[in-house]
Amino acid sequence: MYDFTYQKPASVADAVKLLGADPEAKALAGGMTLIPVLKQRLNKPSALVDLAGAGLAGISVAGGTVRIGAMTTHATVANSADVKKAIPALAKLAGGIGDKEVRHRGTIGGSLANDDPTADYPAAVLALGATVETNKRTINADDFFQGMFTTALESGELITAISFPVPEKAAYMKFPNPASRYALVGVFVAKGPAGVRVTVTGAGQNGVFRHRAMEAALQKSFSQAAIADIATPADGLNSDIHAGAEYRAHLVGVMARRAVAAAG
Amino acid sequence: MAFEGIGASVRRTEDQRFLSGRGNYTDDINRHGQLYAIIRRSDRPHARIVSIDTKAAAEMPGVVAVYTGTDLQADSVGGLPCGWLIKNKDGTPMAEPPHPVLAVGKVRHVGDPVAVVIAETRQQAKDAAEKLAIEWQDLPSISSTQDAIAPGAALVHDDVAGNVCYDWHLGDKEAVDAAFAKAARVVRLDLTNSRLIPNAMEPRAAIGDFDRATGEHTLFTTSQNPHVIRLLMGAFVLHIPESRLRVVAPDVGGGFGSKIYHYAEEAIVTWAAGKLARPVKWTAERTESFISDAHGRDHVTTAEMALDKDGNYLALRVQTLANMGAYLSTFATSIPTYLYATLLAGVYKTPAIYAEVKAVFTNTVPVDAYRGAGRPEAAYLLERLTDVIAHDTGLDRVALRRQNLIPANAFPYQTPVALQYDSGNYQATLEAALTAADWNGFPARRTAAAAKGKLRGIGISTYIEACGIAPSAVAGALGARAGLYEAANIRVHPTGSVSVFTGSHSHGQGHETTFAQLVADQLGIPFNQVEIVHGDTEKIPFGMGTYGSRSLAVGGSAMVKAMDKIIAKGKRIAAHLMEASVADIEFKNGSFSVAGTDKSKSFGEIALTAYVPHNYPIDELEPGLEENAFYDPKNFTFPAGCMVAEVEIDRDTGVPSVVSFVAVDDVGRLINPMIVEGQVHGGVAQGIGQALLESAAYDVSGQIVTGSFMDYTMPRSDDLPSFKTGNEVTLCTHNPLGVKGCGELGTIGSPPAIVNAVIDALSEYDVRHIDMPLSPQKIWSIIAAGPKRRAAE
Ligand SMILES: Cc1cc2nc3c(=O)[nH]c(=O)nc-3n(C[C@H](O)[C@H](O)[C@H](O)COP(=O)(O)OP(=O)(O)OC[C@H]3O[C@@H](n4cnc5c(N)ncnc54)[C@H](O)[C@@H]3O)c2cc1C
Repeated sequence: MYDFTYQKPASVADAVKLLGADPEAKALAGGMTLIPVLKQRLNKPSALVDLAGAGLAGISVAGGTVRIGAMTTHATVANSADVKKAIPALAKLAGGIGDKEVRHRGTIGGSLANDDPTADYPAAVLALGATVETNKRTINADDFFQGMFTTALESGELITAISFPVPEKAAYMKFPNPASRYALVGVFVAKGPAGVRVTVTGAGQNGVFRHRAMEAALQKSFSQAAIADIATPADGLNSDIHAGAEYRAHLVGVMARRAVAAAG
Repeated sequence: MAFEGIGASVRRTEDQRFLSGRGNYTDDINRHGQLYAIIRRSDRPHARIVSIDTKAAAEMPGVVAVYTGTDLQADSVGGLPCGWLIKNKDGTPMAEPPHPVLAVGKVRHVGDPVAVVIAETRQQAKDAAEKLAIEWQDLPSISSTQDAIAPGAALVHDDVAGNVCYDWHLGDKEAVDAAFAKAARVVRLDLTNSRLIPNAMEPRAAIGDFDRATGEHTLFTTSQNPHVIRLLMGAFVLHIPESRLRVVAPDVGGGFGSKIYHYAEEAIVTWAAGKLARPVKWTAERTESFISDAHGRDHVTTAEMALDKDGNYLALRVQTLANMGAYLSTFATSIPTYLYATLLAGVYKTPAIYAEVKAVFTNTVPVDAYRGAGRPEAAYLLERLTDVIAHDTGLDRVALRRQNLIPANAFPYQTPVALQYDSGNYQATLEAALTAADWNGFPARRTAAAAKGKLRGIGISTYIEACGIAPSAVAGALGARAGLYEAANIRVHPTGSVSVFTGSHSHGQGHETTFAQLVADQLGIPFNQVEIVHGDTEKIPFGMGTYGSRSLAVGGSAMVKAMDKIIAKGKRIAAHLMEASVADIEFKNGSFSVAGTDKSKSFGEIALTAYVPHNYPIDELEPGLEENAFYDPKNFTFPAGCMVAEVEIDRDTGVPSVVSFVAVDDVGRLINPMIVEGQVHGGVAQGIGQALLESAAYDVSGQIVTGSFMDYTMPRSDDLPSFKTGNEVTLCTHNPLGVKGCGELGTIGSPPAIVNAVIDALSEYDVRHIDMPLSPQKIWSIIAAGPKRRAAE
């Protein structure tokens, strides 16, 4: 780790000010991704601006929307009675991230800002057609993710909350990477106000993506049979020691069918 | 008070401090004025060092010194020695290229240490290490075992032709050839034994300290055998006499073999502390462990069994290529030879065996013993081959084993590959395991699983291992450059409490409990009156350390020998006090009594008399009650047993889960059954790790692909079922306790049981063999290729 200064502003406005004044400063949420990167000396921020005091944690449900503050931890989402009731698939997804320690530190805002191509949350945000709220604007899920580790966030822009419209039904199925337990392939299926959406994380070379062929088929008939014969092209999928592109393509189908079954 | 002697499942005394965070590990130790060392390592697999510019680094804040290989050379620092000389088939010695502490001229693997920066703080040393300017000239590299011997392969060491360290053999080639010539059938299997990264929970660490007043060096290190480090480093590397070099291995958080060896960092901190007259600490980060701790296994093997028409084993022929990595680690050369080929009889009465082993250099981290060391490779080969024989011939797997087992009445049994098994009953462990696993009930479980869409398989392995390499004279004749005895000192204090100084070293095994039970039992004193001291060359007379499941069989036997001397002396004191003849004194349950009378003296009274010798046979006997013993075993010990695994495979994804696991082992006499069970659990977890999950990988460019836990799959508790364990006991015939050892059997017996179960689950796909690890992807690709088409269809 290189030396940096540490600040803990008491509001989003102060955090934005600190980050705006110093382009080398970085926001710190749960630190589960950022701290290991710093330890490996792969990043050299001048300052860490800790968002823990900025009042960004919390969950509210109103008017068919679940709104989750950026600093809400995975464990809080997983255990929230409100989330479990409104979007059980989201609570389950959060409960399947990393291990207990990670879930009690890592946050939804940090996960989305980081946009790891093997992270779980992006699949839910995109499939549920959520809205990412920042200190400046709101961003539609479809516009937010722009390839791996790349989002629509501008420099110094902070995620403040994510709003999820409550779907009619939804489910997430994750095939974990045996070593890291991130998603080797994760498929989120949702049927909601915006129709059926099927998103895939972990598999694509450019991060999370929508599976349009499956969406079209499920739109017609929301059943496992409807997607049984839809092959996922291996082109553009990741390949590594744990899974080649072919195997990932196959798993997309299996996870999607299981998600459809679980969604009911 | 509950019984706490031999055979009691006493809770581990040491766990109190480990689990409450009060352990004292090397990195917990800080010396006054301590400096911090950071090692700059090669990030390339094979390159010439054109130049190293240390100026900028040396000028960084807080930097006290920067050293490179040339500095060490100029100070006559020697290379890291190899502890076992193997001879080629033609009798010539193996190639033994230099292993410099810091690279000189060339680097040979990613992680090879190139320079050390020593500074007031860790941060400063890290900052400065980044400023070292190294100019490299990349060379072609070898990253796989087979590539090492390909024609025209790049040379890891310029003067080691063909990258061959040795080309060795064992057994009777003619007898084997003759048996193959008349065999009714020959079954052949090509397999690899995967490469593993040990990953002890505590990363390695070392602190060098130097006392300017006395000129004494002290090394605190994460070692399984501090005396061995003192000997190797003192004699071969730094030329410091034993009297001036103290090596302390305090609490050590797991070794699994990886902490046996003498590593560069130990020499670096000891030498630098002397140069700078200040303590120097180095602690590995996990990433560094992946590329600097010795790896394990890595064999490529062809095995062939000659059979008669009834499936009796006639002869075994084995050819193995063993990867040594870039340099010879301390015991690397002995693993694929004397700890592997000598085990190729297994539990079978195969009359003729011939093994050829070629050890090769590659541009990878050195490979050495890892829990099991050689024996898992032998067991895996035999147990896979046995299942493949059953597959190819249509014989039943269990019947084939039963028919070829060495009979229980054949002991001592001389194998065709040098070892003589003293005792065992392989039928008993086999039958007990089959019963515990309900082998016969399996078809119903398979049907039930099929109804859930799962492929269920059952697998078996009947294994043997050899523990406590011995005797020293034989090991020496075979090339060992060390003795293989153990030492113990028993100090009885005036009040009758006892300190035991043992050359064995505990790094998770629970010696402070097991050894205390042993001593308490034999001396008839309370368990809590016995203190076990280990891990410090200044306290312990001598020691060869802990590896190869030797501690109880060898170290425990040394204690028994020392206790025999204590009791003999106690009898003389008792005879004097009770005015009886020594021959009439009996020692039992902690008291010395005169046979046939009610006269007796307690152990405590005798101890007190020895130290307060007012009424004492002072003309014949020295005061005090303390004895030393060295025990050199007559033979190895041979634990053996049977493991049965059941797996279920998800057809859609290929994911295998281990749903049941049974281990029935014969480890001889049990001192603490709970600790034995714990050792079996840990070993089986690691074995399942190898079978299904773990594997170190290098890409063709020589970079390690599994350099962190993001990619290297350690087994976790949710990968494992609940284990069912059991014991059958035949006593070791040549040590005083009848004990055999239990530390490694889990990693030896379990991988083939698991692999055999997966292959059985895939029987409808007609699979003969899959190399470890049996990843979901490999299994799925078999399922995806579709069921076999039977000729009849
Ligand atoms: C062992 C382990 C296992 C894991 N397993 C999984 C897994 O299975 N699935 C999974 O999805 N993830 C996994 N993770 C990642 C985990 O979910 C992280 O918590 C998450 O990726 C980052 O969240 P954080 O709160 O820790 O962010 P930090 O690490 O603090 O920050 C990450 C990045 O986001 C930026 N940032 C943080 N908050 C904001 C904000 N509000 N606005 C703008 N930028 C912000 C930071 O500046 C930084 O660049 C794992 C992590 C670990 C260590």
